[in-house]
Order: sequence, then structure tokens, then C-alpha cells
Amino acid sequence: MRFFYFNGAMIRLRVNGEAVESGAASVQGLLAELGIESGRVAVEVNMEIVKKKDYAGFLLKEGDVVEIVNFVGGG
Amino acid sequence: MEFTDEQVQRYSRHIILPEVGGKGQKKLLAAKVFLVGAGGLGCPVGYYLAAAGVGTLGIVDDDIVELSNLQRQIAHNTKRVGMPKVESAKKTFEALNPDVKVNAMKGRLTKDNILDIIKDYDIVVDGSDNFPTRYLVNDACVMLKKPLVSGAILRFEGQVTTLLPHDGHCYRCLFEAPPPPGLVPSCQEAGVLGVLPGVIGALEATEVLKLILGRGDVLKNTLLIYDALKASFRRVKVPRNPDCPICGAHPAITKLEDYDAGYCQLGG
Repeated sequence: MRFFYFNGAMIRLRVNGEAVESGAASVQGLLAELGIESGRVAVEVNMEIVKKKDYAGFLLKEGDVVEIVNFVGGG
Repeated sequence: MEFTDEQVQRYSRHIILPEVGGKGQKKLLAAKVFLVGAGGLGCPVGYYLAAAGVGTLGIVDDDIVELSNLQRQIAHNTKRVGMPKVESAKKTFEALNPDVKVNAMKGRLTKDNILDIIKDYDIVVDGSDNFPTRYLVNDACVMLKKPLVSGAILRFEGQVTTLLPHDGHCYRCLFEAPPPPGLVPSCQEAGVLGVLPGVIGALEATEVLKLILGRGDVLKNTLLIYDALKASFRRVKVPRNPDCPICGAHPAITKLEDYDAGYCQLGG
């Protein structure tokens, strides 16, 4: 998925193993860009789990490896 | 313990594997595994562990067999609609392999009964259908330092991981607290491809067998995610969280809690 924003710098990320160009500055911004409800997922950046309360303050940079894992509870 | 002639035949394809052998098969027969849930995941996990000759299976579930279960819950059948799932599972597993003793418990795990129920088992397998139980089982297994093989399914996505308390990550290292009630749908609400629990349950059973045999690599510090539509697997490395509220250096959770408040019963 690709997103273009003309008023901000684009960074290249790896999200769930795939190359993504993003205009988001933070984890919260990336989730918003991807249309993902933050309460439904856990997020890891460069193998570090990001706490929910830090989503807005956790800044993303070029080359970051992001894993977004869904809460799945069925059995 | 010596094998009977029947056992030599029954387990011959295991016994000829150098990684299992007679010694490994005896370990399987001596092992005690506890299954949380006799639904989509519990059925294939129990089925394969029974076939493999895991000698004691404990299984807990509160539900009865419904027609809507039979699209995926392969240990039950049409004639057993209305029967407690644990009773149906016990019949199926013991019919498959008389070497297996199934301890069937109809009921729910709670903060007051779980430690006593699982303490005598070697490994716990989570195939539950709701988050309150998942957190309760995780916390209890951390407290008892019990290996936990955890699987989950929804729609076309499955997840499996092996939690080795105080060695690898635990469920809360990745998912610190339950999601807000209602945000994540259940299989009843959102559907599940019938074969998906078969895939994930078979992976869970494989993890259990490797833990018992002490062979191969288990999914420690790793979450394996299966996308049935894409036919793809994704491995996510999950580090231990040093600040984890249950397995971290200074745990905030020191006693078990029931998380049922606000949750409705999620149908598997």
C-alpha cells in the first residue's frame, strides 16, 4: 500500500515484511494511515514492543522495521 | 515400562524416527498435557496428541456441542449435538487410542481453580475462545513456570507461539492487557474458515510433541502468523519485555484475576 503526502517528508519502512512509503511521523500516525484501530493490535518497531501509551510519541525513521500484530482470540 | 505388541505396531512410525524412537515414545506415553477448550483448536490438538500416544490429556470446556460447531470442531459429530464438548472429546480421543486417559472437566477456569487444575500437567495448550481466559491461563502458567503453547484463530488468520515462562516471552510481553470489550470480534461474530483451526491446532500439537521429546526448535520468542488466503506464514520475533507486568523483573501482577467483567461469552 502506498500513501502520498505533499506537505511532509516520506520515509520508507518495512511493515509486516513489505516495503511501505509513509508520511507518518509516529506509530500512531502510521496506524492512522493504514486505517488500523490501535486497540486491536500490538506494534513492534525494530524488535522492540511499543507500549500503547507511547504510540503518539514513538517517532519513526527511514528504514524502521515495523510489525503490526492483530489481537486474535478465537479458538 | 515395556511396549505391548499392539503398541509397537501403533507407534511403529514414531519408533523408527531417530528423533523419537522407543525412548521418545515412552516420554509421550508418560506426558500429561492440559487443553484449554474443546472447540476449534482443542479438537485437532487433542486428536493428534491422542493419536501420538500422549498418555494423559486434561481438557476443560463449559460448552455443549452445537450444530454450528461441526464445520470445524472435528472431534464432535452430528449425533452428539447437545452433549458436553469435553464428554464428546473424551469419547473420540479414547476411542482413537485406548492408551490415552482423558480427564474431562465441564466448567470454566477461574482465578480460584486454575492453579490447582493445571499444576500436575507438564504442558498447557491454549485453544480458548476468549481473552479473559487467555490472560488467566498465561498468568497462571507464568506463576507455575509451566510451558504454554498458545494458538488463536479468526476469519482467515491464525497465530501460534510457545511461551516458556522466564525463559522466552509470555503473552503479556506482546499483548500487555486485554483489548477493550467488543473491539475484537469472536469467531461467532466474524466467522472462521473451518479448516483454519486444523492448521493452527496441528502446529500447536507439533510444538507440544517437540517440547515433550526435547527435539527441534519451538516457537520461543516467536509468533507464527498464518494467512490462509495468501497461503503465507510470517514469523515475528517477540522479545521478552523487561517491564512485563507478569514475567518482568518487577511484576505488577502478583495474584490472579478474572477479567470477565464487561465481556460477553464469546462463542468459538
